[in-house]
Amino acid sequence: MSFPSFSRRTLIQGSALLLASTALTSRTIAADGPKGGRLIVAADSEPKNLNPAIVASNGVFFIASKVIEPLAEASFDGENGLAPRLATSWTGSDDGLSVTFKLREGVTWHDGKPFTSADVAFSALSVWKPLQNLGRLVFANLTSVDTPDATTAIFRFSKPTPFQLIRNALPVVTSVIPKHLYEGTDIAANPANTKLVGTGPFKLAEHKAGEYYRLTRNADYWGKPQPNLDEILFRVLPDRAAAGSALEAEEIHLAAFSAVPLADLDRISKVPGIKVISKGYEALTYQLVVEINHRRKELSDVKVRQAIAHAIDKKFVVDTIFLGYAAASTGPVPKNAPEFYNKDVPTYDFSVEKANALLDEAGYKRGTDGTRFALKLLPAPYFNETKQFGDYLRQALAVVGIDAQLVNNDAAAHQKAVYTDHAFDLAIAPPVFRGDPAISTTILVQSGIPAGVGFSNQGGYVNAALDGIISKAAETVDTKARTELYNDFQKLVVEDLPLINVAEWGFITVARDSVANISDNPRWAVSNWADTALKS
Amino acid sequence: MTLLWRRLLSSIPVLLIVVAFTFFLLESASGDAVDAYLGSIGGGDAVLAQSLKVAYGLDQSTGSRLWLYARSLASLDLGWSVAFDRPVREIILERLPNTFLLMGSATALSFGLGSALGVVAGARPGSVRDKSLSIGSLVLYAMPSFWLGLVLSVIFSVQLRWLPIAGIETIASGKQGFERALDIARHLVLPVGALGFIYLALFLRVMRASMAEVWRLDFVLFARSKGLSRSRIVLRHVARNALLPLVTTLGLQAAAMLGGSVVIESVFAIPGFGRLAQEAVAGRDAPLLMGIILNSAVLVIVVNLLIDLVYALLDPRIGSSETGA
Repeated sequence: MSFPSFSRRTLIQGSALLLASTALTSRTIAADGPKGGRLIVAADSEPKNLNPAIVASNGVFFIASKVIEPLAEASFDGENGLAPRLATSWTGSDDGLSVTFKLREGVTWHDGKPFTSADVAFSALSVWKPLQNLGRLVFANLTSVDTPDATTAIFRFSKPTPFQLIRNALPVVTSVIPKHLYEGTDIAANPANTKLVGTGPFKLAEHKAGEYYRLTRNADYWGKPQPNLDEILFRVLPDRAAAGSALEAEEIHLAAFSAVPLADLDRISKVPGIKVISKGYEALTYQLVVEINHRRKELSDVKVRQAIAHAIDKKFVVDTIFLGYAAASTGPVPKNAPEFYNKDVPTYDFSVEKANALLDEAGYKRGTDGTRFALKLLPAPYFNETKQFGDYLRQALAVVGIDAQLVNNDAAAHQKAVYTDHAFDLAIAPPVFRGDPAISTTILVQSGIPAGVGFSNQGGYVNAALDGIISKAAETVDTKARTELYNDFQKLVVEDLPLINVAEWGFITVARDSVANISDNPRWAVSNWADTALKS
Repeated sequence: MTLLWRRLLSSIPVLLIVVAFTFFLLESASGDAVDAYLGSIGGGDAVLAQSLKVAYGLDQSTGSRLWLYARSLASLDLGWSVAFDRPVREIILERLPNTFLLMGSATALSFGLGSALGVVAGARPGSVRDKSLSIGSLVLYAMPSFWLGLVLSVIFSVQLRWLPIAGIETIASGKQGFERALDIARHLVLPVGALGFIYLALFLRVMRASMAEVWRLDFVLFARSKGLSRSRIVLRHVARNALLPLVTTLGLQAAAMLGGSVVIESVFAIPGFGRLAQEAVAGRDAPLLMGIILNSAVLVIVVNLLIDLVYALLDPRIGSSETGA
């Protein structure tokens, strides 16, 4: 098990954890903690549909993952990076046409009904495949789910489907919802989408719009004696300065997903009683990417794209924009996906001379004003860092004679401009690596995607060789062969630069010292928090 | 009573213009509710986008959507919020009390304290007290409300820990009755302070200026020559007559306060109208935004109507000329 090299701080914490895991024989010792207490957590959004089986997004998982559980969760030390949840084992057939799940026994829904394989079959066929934003892709070839008994579910596919993909997607796409509440109803409009009923360690007790979500302990949780906490309160704090102040004033215990802005971390880490943690987001890696519109004549030339790559000082981006809480990217797969990461790819070191030489070579000489050509640059508004990188990129490109004109939009306008209208030359996007390149990474460079699909190749890039690798990997069942195809994929992307990967980052959790057992899995903020405890 | 009816009738075209203008303004913004939603959940494929468009009614033409909205509005139905997936009326009724409370208290604070200080300043125009009050109030007026809000919360919530940092009441506390009212009052101190102190300067300046004017009028000279005490002249004669422009300002400020509450509600995490409006714009939620603006417009119209009635009460000449016309 290797730990991602996000920052020195992570590394130190990572090695401490390695030490701890060898010193303690059982994970449950570390997971034990004081019982009871109400954990108050900062939340910045209130999703209108809280059902993670339909909307597999971090905003929904943050709250819903405590109530509704997936078949398996990501893990630092589990086999293939997974820990069992509602499934206890999973095996794929050699032909890639079926996957068999053994389900946990003695699990009940929050309304007292038993959890069975029928719930899994219903969720898969009626929700994940037809309705879920990511499941539509992962389960595209799922035709039926056999349930020979109450604790066995056999997924059957019409085409060979890589077990590796299914396995990697388990934590994100397999949230199980109760069949008895959804069957025969309009699933998308079911009231249970906001009044969640799950099998998780916490029950959703109350949502007061604009104020808080209240989750209470599920006394009949299958993982008894967990959960440790009596209650979790997600307190809505929309202002970014508020989370930090609320932590200092001891009105909240924890702020995840970098709710405390990076610029405040240095100061708040010195406040007694508060800890800053960058671990626990390894499976939620966001990537800072320059999207390129290949319809622009200049940008369709690989030399120009390489020149842009040379013009970007990744170290500056990591140190100044991310204040060290990020890592420079080498390609489309982040370093903390060791199963797929390929380090043997071409590199583009920061060099103004090389950039200038490449642009001259491509035939774009500087005009009398020192400018070669002008571009429209659209930074995504979702993060401070994407906006700041927009400002940086404009300056970096000016140095090599490219006049990048910034166009700042809000979220809705940015989506439409880039992914529907293609009204951009360069755009800055924060796509997410979701455990397997086939889930949301290959779509960034694959051709033939209709206009209107967000976070996909809308730059008009077409590369038959790359498309070939992507479609071959989609049906390659053998894990080793599939991994090799993705190694080639990374190499080709970095060589031809359909887009430019600049940096990759996880988020930061800031918590009071009284909160125990946090950041103990790679998707911690969106996992079930059954072992999280409050010390008095 | 005719004044009331005429005012109400004349406000109907105003509301219609507000509805149409808001609709087209939001229509002209790039991106729709589907773009906003898919952006927030990390994207989705073309089929999903299309089915959402149909579900939100965005596949229909602009004209037919405006017509549908206007028709449902005529039956007093505010429509369905796509960003919240709930009826607009329900959401608005949930948030309205908080905004009323915040705006009402802030207005009372700035009006009450502002005019009182204005009387103090205007009692002796040009005095040291007058000058220091004027400068102090202008300094407050120049502060951005979010900054004042943040500074107040750092001092009183983070450092001194006298007051809660955010929210409208202690969350999930189970407090009832008087205890709850007290809790809400404690939560309102900082936001009301931040909002109220900024507008205080305006009332102070208007009151002072209009008092300075009244001082020069003949009846004041007469009052003085009668040998009335200075305090009696200030309060009964000068201040009362100087009050009219202040009441006008109050009406105008009702709209400004609504705008200011957007910022303050975000800083102090108060679930009110201002924050709702911001979320509606970000989500391109036309029905919700129009519901908010319509209700705000009604609010401003009602406040101004009340002001006119108060006017008539304070100065009988105005009321009689209106009704007589």
